[in-house]
Amino acid sequence: MKVTTIGDLDTVRKQAARKLFLREQSNSSVDGQCSGLESGAEKMQVLICGGTGCKASSSHLIAERITESLKEKGIADKVDVVTTGCFGFCEKGPVVKIIPDNTFYTQVTPDDAEEIVSEHIIGGRRVARLLYVDPKTGQSVSDSKHMDFYRKQMRVALRNCGFIDPENIEEYIARDGYFALATSILKHSPEEVIEEVKRSGLRGRGGGGFPTGVKWGFARKSVSDMKYVVCNADEGDPGAFMDRSIMEGDPHSIVEAMAICGYSIGAPKGLVYIRAEYPLAIHRLKTAIAQAREYGLLGGNILGSGFSFDIEIRYGAGAFVCGEETALIHSMEGKRGEPTMKPPFPAESGYLGKPTNVNNVETFANIPVILTRGADWFASIGTEKSKGTKVFALAGKINNVGLIEVPMGTTLREVIYEIGGGIKGGKKFKAVQTGGPSGGCLTEKHLDIPIDFDNLLAEGSMMGSGGMIVMDEDDCMVSVARFYLDFTVEESCGKCTPCRIGNKRLLETLNKITEGRGTLEDLKTLSTLGKVIKDTALCGLGQTSPNPVLSTLNHFYDEYLEHVRDHRCRAKQCKALLTYFIDPSLCIGCHLCAKNCPADAIIGDVRKPHIINPAKCIKCGMCMARCKFKAISVK
Amino acid sequence: MDERQITLQIDHHFVTVPEGTTILEAARKIGIDIPTLCHIDLKGTCIKNNPASCRICVVEVEGRRNLAPACATSCTEGMVVRTSTLRVMNARKIVAELILSDHPNECLTCPKAGNCELQNLALRFNIREMPFNGGELSPRKREVTASIVRNMDKCIFCRRCESVCNEVQTVGALGAIRRGFNTTIAPAFDKMMSDSECTYCGQCVAVCPVGALTERDHTNRLVEDLADPDKVVIVQTAPAVRAAIGEEFGLPPGTLVTGKMVAALRELGFDYVFDTDFAADLTIMEEGAEMLSRLTRYLEGDTSVRLPILTSCCPAWVNFFEHQFPDLLDIPSTARSPQQMFGSIAKTWWAEKMGIPRERLVVVSIMPCLAKKYECDREEFKTNGNPDVDYSISTRELARLIKRANISFSLLPDMDFDQPLGASTGAGVIFGTTGGVMEAALRTVYELYTGKFLKDVNFQAVRGMKGVRRAVLDLGGFELKVGIAHGLGNARHLLEDIRHGRNEYHAIEIMACPGGCIGGGGQPLHHGNSDVLYARANALYREDAGKTLRKSHDNPFIQTLYKEYLGKPLSERAEHLLHTHYFNRSM
Repeated sequence: MKVTTIGDLDTVRKQAARKLFLREQSNSSVDGQCSGLESGAEKMQVLICGGTGCKASSSHLIAERITESLKEKGIADKVDVVTTGCFGFCEKGPVVKIIPDNTFYTQVTPDDAEEIVSEHIIGGRRVARLLYVDPKTGQSVSDSKHMDFYRKQMRVALRNCGFIDPENIEEYIARDGYFALATSILKHSPEEVIEEVKRSGLRGRGGGGFPTGVKWGFARKSVSDMKYVVCNADEGDPGAFMDRSIMEGDPHSIVEAMAICGYSIGAPKGLVYIRAEYPLAIHRLKTAIAQAREYGLLGGNILGSGFSFDIEIRYGAGAFVCGEETALIHSMEGKRGEPTMKPPFPAESGYLGKPTNVNNVETFANIPVILTRGADWFASIGTEKSKGTKVFALAGKINNVGLIEVPMGTTLREVIYEIGGGIKGGKKFKAVQTGGPSGGCLTEKHLDIPIDFDNLLAEGSMMGSGGMIVMDEDDCMVSVARFYLDFTVEESCGKCTPCRIGNKRLLETLNKITEGRGTLEDLKTLSTLGKVIKDTALCGLGQTSPNPVLSTLNHFYDEYLEHVRDHRCRAKQCKALLTYFIDPSLCIGCHLCAKNCPADAIIGDVRKPHIINPAKCIKCGMCMARCKFKAISVK
Repeated sequence: MDERQITLQIDHHFVTVPEGTTILEAARKIGIDIPTLCHIDLKGTCIKNNPASCRICVVEVEGRRNLAPACATSCTEGMVVRTSTLRVMNARKIVAELILSDHPNECLTCPKAGNCELQNLALRFNIREMPFNGGELSPRKREVTASIVRNMDKCIFCRRCESVCNEVQTVGALGAIRRGFNTTIAPAFDKMMSDSECTYCGQCVAVCPVGALTERDHTNRLVEDLADPDKVVIVQTAPAVRAAIGEEFGLPPGTLVTGKMVAALRELGFDYVFDTDFAADLTIMEEGAEMLSRLTRYLEGDTSVRLPILTSCCPAWVNFFEHQFPDLLDIPSTARSPQQMFGSIAKTWWAEKMGIPRERLVVVSIMPCLAKKYECDREEFKTNGNPDVDYSISTRELARLIKRANISFSLLPDMDFDQPLGASTGAGVIFGTTGGVMEAALRTVYELYTGKFLKDVNFQAVRGMKGVRRAVLDLGGFELKVGIAHGLGNARHLLEDIRHGRNEYHAIEIMACPGGCIGGGGQPLHHGNSDVLYARANALYREDAGKTLRKSHDNPFIQTLYKEYLGKPLSERAEHLLHTHYFNRSM
């Protein structure tokens, strides 16, 4: 259907709202209550996570099996099965939610479908074994509201993820979707919209943290016959999936925000630069764009306002550096994906030399809600200089791996210990890497720092796009730095000297250290070279690439020193520095270790203590894993 | 247009510059020489490379978090710049050390030693040991083509060659491939240059700051030939060489050293020292006749005539249109280049006159050009496998050879070319600069077409360094429209117009290198200074002005050649010896 007036849009909203009413109401459902068709529920809904993570665990089969079962039992008309975007609690996926009682099932398999239907949907009894068990209390928690993982979260950018069907524009409209666009183009001047975005204090979520409204203002001021809006969906940090989840769970928010941006800066064309490795996100975006066109919310003369806007998708081949806006633009132009000097900024000369505004996915996802709920509301969230919320991809040695969104100013401690549920296996927290390969390590002493752009920067790390990788005592910080540098060396475009050769030399030095060939001089080299790379590299990638090295050097200098001076890796990660040995008092001479040693490094007669020949030992750890008497240890 | 002026402070000196000026330019204006490496900007020509990627020129700008590349940072009002703080000097040195750490330690045998911009930086930054010892070298290719030697492990990734090849020449043979530490410059898919669309113009070699791209050296071969008593070794020298080779011996750019060059060649042991200018005059006779014939037929209403006629003396340009415009192969003149005309005549008319058998005669050319080396190798310029010109030596190679032979160039007396192949008019001399071939042709065509005497032979409109120039010559009622383009990028524009039927010219001169042959890929390195090119061009116009004969058809030895051997221009023998055909080499 074509929406031609704001009244039409309101009609769609009202119609779809009925469907969503049940879901919205169930958010405030009475605790503990469980309903089923037999116990009086007239209409029920099953929400199944259709994000990439849960889909990889066959969530689409769960949906199929539940639908089949409902048909068999003749109740398909009473129960809606909805595939949503990511719920965020990926650690416990696939997630299935039952409406109206808001029951949150975790780690569901297709085989559980039948039971969910017969027990819960028909019988009104929860399937207890699929409920989340709070590790602290050992109690089952049926509603996500009461899970620590969700309690401190505030979902603004993720407001629709895990709530609506991302492939259904009406559900998006029911959540006030496209009203920000409609109001902007019908009732406000572009300057007013930009002013509102400025007042909200929104800063770019891609990593730089540049004020979004100011950026739009620059693009607005540029005079040209053509301008472009670009959505940077080239998410590339290892372990980060914020943008993917938003595009998979709420693609219309991106479409709407890009159109609003187009109106504000005077651009009739939007381009989404997305990596081809995101097929689901691409599919959902394409669907959203097609639906928006069908509804007349993209295309010529939107809602009779005279404003026209359309969106095209451009695929990237997955180069990390193409997340840098000038490199991204070159890639879209079909050129080599490498950055150029700024100025000129894309706002003056971007795609095909025309003024271009580039924002990241999460930034865009905030725009519609800022405009519908007001800049004041948004600015009331967060810290003085960082407003709103931030989505983080929580990963590493943490109990609750997943996608979270918290107000700016939340502390790392709250994120790691409350939302994240603490360190896996009760181990000791060692560090957290924020900002991906461009960020740095933060330690115990930083746990109470309120997270925002400036605080993280001040501590030698950065917000980045929101990757957060937690490390425990088993992680060797030299190896961690090496891991990230390995990534940057691999992803450097090779254009400028410091990044092309400097990072390679840093990596070689780190390799030397982890292989036990490091010297004190090398530690000095790491520091001086790292600082010069930061000082001289051309683009953001190079300027931040030494951060993991410099921050670990800063916070874990002892550990570096141990590697070069004592040839010791306390986390036992650096193979070359390890020695395996057999405790003669525990060894019974069963010969099992010797049999399994791939290097024939273990000798000894049967029933007599064995010994390891360190010259032959390749430190694979096979012997230690096989020994039944715990006679083998590593130092 | 009123330019806004900006005042800033560099190392405590105040300087006022127009808006848009870079820190580098502003600093140079007050005599502060910030070191650079990747940057090159030949003002007044189209050669520019400004990727801001080497990071050698970094400076401190007050209020800025990191260091700024002076070459690509525009001055702003009130800016405070420091170019020599400890932070800056340390950063520059480390960046240079990084480059050296990925560069083979082969200066002793490198052809660029002594002329290498990286070597100069290493000296300037007082780098006394190879840094980051033991660091890996990036894996890269080596290749020897007919003209150019590619030794990419010496490449420092300044991208100058890439800019020149893509933006100036629009050939697109060289580009960045792979990424990170493994990045290299190569033809697409890491193919060999000889399998690419490379025209061998050598402009990449002319701008390469290090020894990654150099000319294919034939001096050792030449020394052997000169020492061989059974061989008669003769040499021809292209016009642009005499205006540039002096630079290699410390003379200011634009010093004409024709006589000393001849003396040096005699000293080296050449049996006869001739002049390509003779063949240039011959080219005008043939090309001019062809032009007149096409024009006459065109004016008579013959619709099968293709116009404009394009010059064909530049071998890189010939390679370019064979690769890129195979549909227009019938447009260029069929006249061979002066180098090849010389070889052809030397190995027939002259050799017969002298009684020297072809296999004993070695014809060497001294050229400002690298594509000439490739041209010598073309099959169509060989008789029974014996090339008309055996090989070509660039200006730089000749200078090296003169130094190697302990010849004190500046002390040499001025000597004259041998005859008959050393005689030339001023028209032949100006072949060496952009517009020169057209000017020479106009002088002859005017007199032949109108039958009138041309009083003023100076055609100012075709001179200069503008990328594309046009001129109209009144041929007694008929307005001859001519165009001149130098640089293959400019040529491409004209060719695209012709391809799409938007042609306004009757004749076009095209030279592949910016500035024409004086800016050729085999010339002494200009190191980014375009004044050198202007000075060389002016030198050629000076030599022309000093000649008594300035029209090719007035060359008495050319007249003899036609009388004795060729008959008239475009005769059967002339067609056979002096004309060629082109091949479709599109990829």
